[in-house]
Amino acid sequence: MLSYIARRLGALVVILFGSSFILYNLAAISADPLEGLRQSTEPNAKALMESLSRDLRLDLPPPLRYFLWLRGVLGIFTGNFTLGETREYQNVMTELGTAIPVTVRLVFAATIIAIILGVAMGIVSALRQYSRFDYSMTFFAFLMFSLPIFWVAVLLKQYMAIEFNNFLSEPNISTSWLVAISLVSGIFWAGVISGNKRQVASIFFAVTLATGALIWILDAANWFIEPQLGIIGMTLLSVATAFGITQLSTGVANKEALRSALAVTLLLGAVGYFPMQAVLEFSNKGLMFLGLLVFVPLLGFIASRIFARVDQGPVMRTATLSGYVILVLLFLDRLMQAWLPYMESDAVNFRPIPTIGQSKAELTLYGDVNWWVSTLDVMVHLILPTVALTLISFAGYIRYSRGTLLEVLNQDYIRTARAKGLTERTVIMRHAFRNTMIPLTTIMVADFAGIVGGAIITERVFGWTGMGTLFNKAITGFDLNLLMGVFLVTATLAVLANLIADLLYSALDPRIRVGSGK
Amino acid sequence: MSVEKEVMPGDKEDAIRNKETEGLSQSQIVFRRFVRHRAAMISVFVLLAIFILVFSALDFSLGPIQIPGWWKFSYLDTPELRFEDCPGGVTGCPTLDMIPFLDGDGVVVGQHPFGQDNIGRDYFALVMRGTQRSLQVMIIIGFIAAVIGTVVGAIAGYFRGWIDALLMRFTDFIIVIPAIIIGSVIGYHIGNLGAIFLAFYLGLFAWTGLSRLVRGEFLTLREREFVDAARVAGASNRRIIFKHILPNAIGVIIVAVTLLMAGAILLETALSYLGFGVTSPDVSLGLIISQYQESFVTRPWLFWWPGVFIITIALCINFIGDGLRDAFDPRQRRKLSLKDKLSGKRAADVGGSTK
Repeated sequence: MLSYIARRLGALVVILFGSSFILYNLAAISADPLEGLRQSTEPNAKALMESLSRDLRLDLPPPLRYFLWLRGVLGIFTGNFTLGETREYQNVMTELGTAIPVTVRLVFAATIIAIILGVAMGIVSALRQYSRFDYSMTFFAFLMFSLPIFWVAVLLKQYMAIEFNNFLSEPNISTSWLVAISLVSGIFWAGVISGNKRQVASIFFAVTLATGALIWILDAANWFIEPQLGIIGMTLLSVATAFGITQLSTGVANKEALRSALAVTLLLGAVGYFPMQAVLEFSNKGLMFLGLLVFVPLLGFIASRIFARVDQGPVMRTATLSGYVILVLLFLDRLMQAWLPYMESDAVNFRPIPTIGQSKAELTLYGDVNWWVSTLDVMVHLILPTVALTLISFAGYIRYSRGTLLEVLNQDYIRTARAKGLTERTVIMRHAFRNTMIPLTTIMVADFAGIVGGAIITERVFGWTGMGTLFNKAITGFDLNLLMGVFLVTATLAVLANLIADLLYSALDPRIRVGSGK
Repeated sequence: MSVEKEVMPGDKEDAIRNKETEGLSQSQIVFRRFVRHRAAMISVFVLLAIFILVFSALDFSLGPIQIPGWWKFSYLDTPELRFEDCPGGVTGCPTLDMIPFLDGDGVVVGQHPFGQDNIGRDYFALVMRGTQRSLQVMIIIGFIAAVIGTVVGAIAGYFRGWIDALLMRFTDFIIVIPAIIIGSVIGYHIGNLGAIFLAFYLGLFAWTGLSRLVRGEFLTLREREFVDAARVAGASNRRIIFKHILPNAIGVIIVAVTLLMAGAILLETALSYLGFGVTSPDVSLGLIISQYQESFVTRPWLFWWPGVFIITIALCINFIGDGLRDAFDPRQRRKLSLKDKLSGKRAADVGGSTK
């Protein structure tokens, strides 16, 4: 195994070397940095050309210049690693250092949401194969495949930012919108749950009415200006979470698991709602989140010891998972409480959804703001790019998880599991879903590396200054060092992701053995 | 296969399916399956219609051949801006009226069906020109990538050994560079030489995924009995590759190239949008979206039409690719309709008993 990894790492270095050589020469040959000066009529053009040639070492042919650049990169072994300087004499490493976190922030949320939504939709689609829901999901996925992100971005800016902000200044949902949203949600859930005609009809009516009522209540409570879950909402959501997670994880028939999940969620979300508000105000946020992350499994462990005598593992897992969901909800609730102060601040002035930028610098101009308000600011700026990236990338997950699950459902072990008399939930969640996730994991890892390349356009459209901006600057300014810096990051990510995907695959699927044979 | 197997419902369905493909060649079976894929067939017709519309509307030259277009404006003309009956006082709104039952004056094409841009250029002509360009780029990229990818993959997979190692390492080198990066590097400096050059160069770097697929296919096919048989019969390498292996790998290649073309049109539009692809005064769909995105609020038609064309083309190609994949997939099972079952029932009984 170790020798396999070593061999792969060796190959990885060779690939990075080869591809950077190709790209460097391609970029060096295809452009002429002196072009602008050659046509200039200024008297000192010649002197400028000479000094530029000296700076960029244009006296050397591109392949030799590549090795000059490589010497800096290979300095990683001797301790003086450098990626060179940009044309503006900035260190490329520092430029990348500020750009990478921005890009990661941009793609991280989108990737996670795309994976969760895409896999969920794909699985439902596969379970309802050849249904209307399946066909519409297929069409939807293909439509998303075919959408240019810059086109979607313009639509999002208009309808999700400008029009939504207009709506927020006068938040009254008209009856036609209320009916339309309720109907769409009813049709969607009827498609998901399916069944015979009567069941579908009753689900449709129930969901439509519930959605309509919910929106009406939210509207009446002025929720869009003062959003909150509050203790009532949290209590309801705690119960719902406990049931939902238990159903997915062990089945609600497992009373011990249900009881512990309920205990943990209600303890955190309902009984502990007000104490938790105080905890969330703790000044060192990093320490607080770390503490909570450890505290929840502890709660789960205690609950499993109290409620279950045998088979405590799954019970604890269920309780812990539910606890984490409640944590996320508490976090959201706290952010919602920051919504009104955020809207009221001078920098925002009741138009909260921005069309460009990664944060509002003006927010701190008028005095200190609370941590939650500035976090909300970052989140709000993430909305549009995240929606755009999610729309584009989750279609792939729908298609892929649908295909894989269909293949898995045809396997003999699924038939065996059904023949044993296991419940459909167990068959799907334990036997089919887990095996579906094996190839999906590898796709996800590879996808995360690939999406960084895709973020170049997204950054441009939404005016973020991350890797995409650097790349843009490198191309238009004929800045080879900067270009190679950006490339080295994306390429290293890509090859490493491939290696990790292979290793993960062999770890998840014992039938695959890496390193055996060639 | 055991002869005295119980006839299960599954067997019956198999028999119906077998009956359908009796006495047909492989390509006929594939064609039949493809024709039955409704979404793919609709896509074929829509795509054909777009092709005909786009290439006949404007003057189109293919080398020395000049084909005059039937549309009254070219994309460079600047006719007078239309002021009449536009909502909200904007100028140059579209005259196309496709909803006859709303205002009762029937389908009207009018002077400028897609409207005019801010300086009065006819937008129908612009979009047609842009679509022409984007389609040309897409086809050239697809063709070049198909040829190179197939040749590289076939050689690597068939000869194996050091040739394979060399070619695949080279493929690895290129595959690591994201398409958008390599496209921008080439496009920013070659884009002003014209869209055709750009497409040609992009094609030179788009073949890598295909070559891996073809190599894999060749690696498995070359171990099959019919290849051994051909070799024993004294067939040359060339004959084995072209006559025996390639026809068996063609399904994979066609599907991959189709999907590659869908990616190519999106890549071209993205590059042109970034300013690294087709450049002004030439026109491409990505470029016009980028030029007119600011005017979305005042002149929304400048934004909608090119987008509609990009999405329709990409969507059609994706569906055709899906249909082809299903058609070529031997494991693919169609859901039998009631009609099939009724008409196939007798055939199945006969088929079942003679088995």
